[in-house]
Amino acid sequence: VTTAEVALERERAIPRLGRLRSFFSNPWGKPRFLSVWTWLYIIWTIAPVVLAVQFSFNDGRSRSTFQGFSTQWYQAIWDEASLNFDDTLLPALTQSLKLALLTMPIATTLGVGLAIGLARWRGRGSGAANFLMLFPLVTPEIVMGASMFLIFSNLYHLRLGTTAQLLGHVTFSLSYVVIVTRGRLFAIGRDYEEAAMDLGASPAGALRRVLLPLLAPAILSSFFIVFAISIDDFVISQFLCAQDCTTIPIKIYSAARNAGNPSLNAIATIMMMLSLLSITVAVLILRWFNRRQSTGRSAVEDFARFEI
Amino acid sequence: MTTAVGGVVGERRWYYPALAVPGVAWLLLLFILPFYAIAAVAFGTRDLIFALPIPAWNPLEWQFGTFRDTAAELLASGGLQAQFLRTLTYVIVAVATCLVVGYPVAYYIARYGGRMKVILLTLMIAPFWMSYLMRMLAWVNLLAVKPDDPGLVNRLLMATPFAGDPINWSSGSVSNLTVILGLVYGYIPFFILPLYAALDRIDRSQLEASRDLGASPAWTFWRVTLPLSKQGILAGAVIITLPMFGDYYTPNLMTASPDNTMIGNAIDFALQGGQGQQPKGAALTLLLSAFIGALMIYYLVSVSRAAKEAQR
Repeated sequence: VTTAEVALERERAIPRLGRLRSFFSNPWGKPRFLSVWTWLYIIWTIAPVVLAVQFSFNDGRSRSTFQGFSTQWYQAIWDEASLNFDDTLLPALTQSLKLALLTMPIATTLGVGLAIGLARWRGRGSGAANFLMLFPLVTPEIVMGASMFLIFSNLYHLRLGTTAQLLGHVTFSLSYVVIVTRGRLFAIGRDYEEAAMDLGASPAGALRRVLLPLLAPAILSSFFIVFAISIDDFVISQFLCAQDCTTIPIKIYSAARNAGNPSLNAIATIMMMLSLLSITVAVLILRWFNRRQSTGRSAVEDFARFEI
Repeated sequence: MTTAVGGVVGERRWYYPALAVPGVAWLLLLFILPFYAIAAVAFGTRDLIFALPIPAWNPLEWQFGTFRDTAAELLASGGLQAQFLRTLTYVIVAVATCLVVGYPVAYYIARYGGRMKVILLTLMIAPFWMSYLMRMLAWVNLLAVKPDDPGLVNRLLMATPFAGDPINWSSGSVSNLTVILGLVYGYIPFFILPLYAALDRIDRSQLEASRDLGASPAWTFWRVTLPLSKQGILAGAVIITLPMFGDYYTPNLMTASPDNTMIGNAIDFALQGGQGQQPKGAALTLLLSAFIGALMIYYLVSVSRAAKEAQR
């Protein structure tokens, strides 16, 4: 019998109450303190949002006292007959959805092309291009928003509005598509497409019949990631909006402190559900794929390792 | 025959890089050139009647009057300098708080996650994908003080024995804490994630070696774990510092008090609020970019070095 087994036996022998007592008698014991800390942290990050969702179902006007369950604040978004109907909410939801749905295909197409091009281009300048590619990820949004605002109004003479917002959304989501796709490209390597070409496929044929099918999971999950970051964006949307282009985040920004009632929470809840849903789909696609590849790590872990 | 083969090889060499052309063109026109537009407006002049900016696209026509005035305003004591120093204080306190709060969390999940790891990670990443504005709205709701309702946080505090009157979170010196709370709450997920990745990569055998050689757990943490996670701490700190310097919505949402405005508010006001302030706003944006540019480049260099090592 080794010491470890003895320790294990002793651990088992401690009754539950005793274990609880030893927990309190030594709360600074390493994992215990850390585990309490971690769960407190998680409660602290999640609880306010859960409460905000709860108040969207409030029966009363308050956003801090729950007075019973009702869906009236959801009706206030689209039901014109509703007592609290607010005619600015549905347009904001439509604008957010419109932008996200238009950004998805454009950003994904451009980003996948960019990722393939940059990964397979080994000549002079490729290092600099790969480096520059990361800049949109670290540029503060206010700088990006200000720069596009200034060039649209002073050089391109593009009226601020949906088109300007769409151009902005594609610009900042491009890099995310490149990062997701590039990771997959490195994992695939160059062998498959070169084998295809050695067997007589044209570069276009190798791309269409070999590389793109292999990239499909990355392309699909980029699609949903782009949706989530586009629908959540605030700064770029606000800088590039003049009139009739209020998105949900802009609406929250302008109404949170003043004119807010639970219908604002309701529309924020809808937005959050949409983005969490699309991220879940992205993770599930990656997981479904990983299971076939059996990398041994869960998709969530891979996602957590996905830096920037 | 050789020319035909050469043709195929040539096609192979250029076909894939050519796929990048639309994306590169897009970034040149909508990311790089707009940066130049900031300079052109900042170094340009203004229409005397409508106060509209006249950008100077030709660098030879650049005039540095507005830029010099703005820089001087930052160096002289006054509103703008106060805003900048406040921003600096907020960012430093918020990053330090993120480190103190976030390190144990990342460490616990990486080392002791066990069977709960996926659940813990999911809960840890979830806020990452919730709209920042939604998360700020949640706190606005919780902290709002109304004549008939002191707000949920105040009610919780008043339930404890040592509470006095309900606190007004949006005014006085407490408002600084409110904004810092907002910043920490908003950005901490972005800090924890790279830190977790760094801690998760640490090879356990290195920790075991340290223990085998006689180091105590605390000494092992201090001499092995902490140095190995330094890159993660730095990456996390930089990745949240950059957007914090450009933040204007957090103070506006959390307190909306002029005593809490940051440098981002000055830029936002000059560009979107005041008439004829565009050159000043552009100059401020340039100064801010120069200030944080070193941080950005440091981060990108370390990221691409790590990517190169991973490729090997």
